[in-house]
Amino acid sequence: MRSRNVLTGMLLGAGSLAGTLLFRRRLARRRERVDVYFGDGSMVSLAKPGEAEPFLRRARRILELAA
Amino acid sequence: MDAAAALERLREISSQVRAAVIFERGGKVVGSTFADEQRGKDVADEAEALLAEAEQRRDAADRAGEFAQLEVALQAGSVFVVRDGDRLIAATTQPEATVGLVFYDLKSCLRDLETPASPKKRAPAKRKPATRAKRADAKS
Repeated sequence: MRSRNVLTGMLLGAGSLAGTLLFRRRLARRRERVDVYFGDGSMVSLAKPGEAEPFLRRARRILELAA
Repeated sequence: MDAAAALERLREISSQVRAAVIFERGGKVVGSTFADEQRGKDVADEAEALLAEAEQRRDAADRAGEFAQLEVALQAGSVFVVRDGDRLIAATTQPEATVGLVFYDLKSCLRDLETPASPKKRAPAKRKPATRAKRADAKS
């Protein structure tokens, strides 16, 4: 009985830890984005990792240089 | 107004801008807030590459408008690039900056460069003390 309680507790702990990690990762990804504005008034927002990655990489480098 | 004065004014009016570089297409740095010239050049090169990426997206999406400005938001901060003709300004800010305000300040900075510097006020000419010629027939 006791070992079962310990196992349940461990599973709950691991689950909440994984949930927190996933939530933080998703939140961080949402915060990172690229918005490009054009002269005709249109705007492109790149939020998908594949699309935005070249911009994000260069922007990270600029922030490193500016630090 | 020269680049140094425009950047100085930018730092006065915008508390969000941490560093900025004004450059021309091709990477020629006009002015920067960096003490190290090479660092300013490196930032200008990276910003130029961002511009090239943005123009590729425009071509791929068949858009008619030219690149005007961009913001890349990261957890550590944001990078802004604004264009005015052949001149560009790249700036870094703290995370979650007020986007519209930063764009406005950066555009103003580029426009400040176009305005001619106000002529220095001339110091008023010193008046020569009036000298009275002593008349020979003056009574003392």
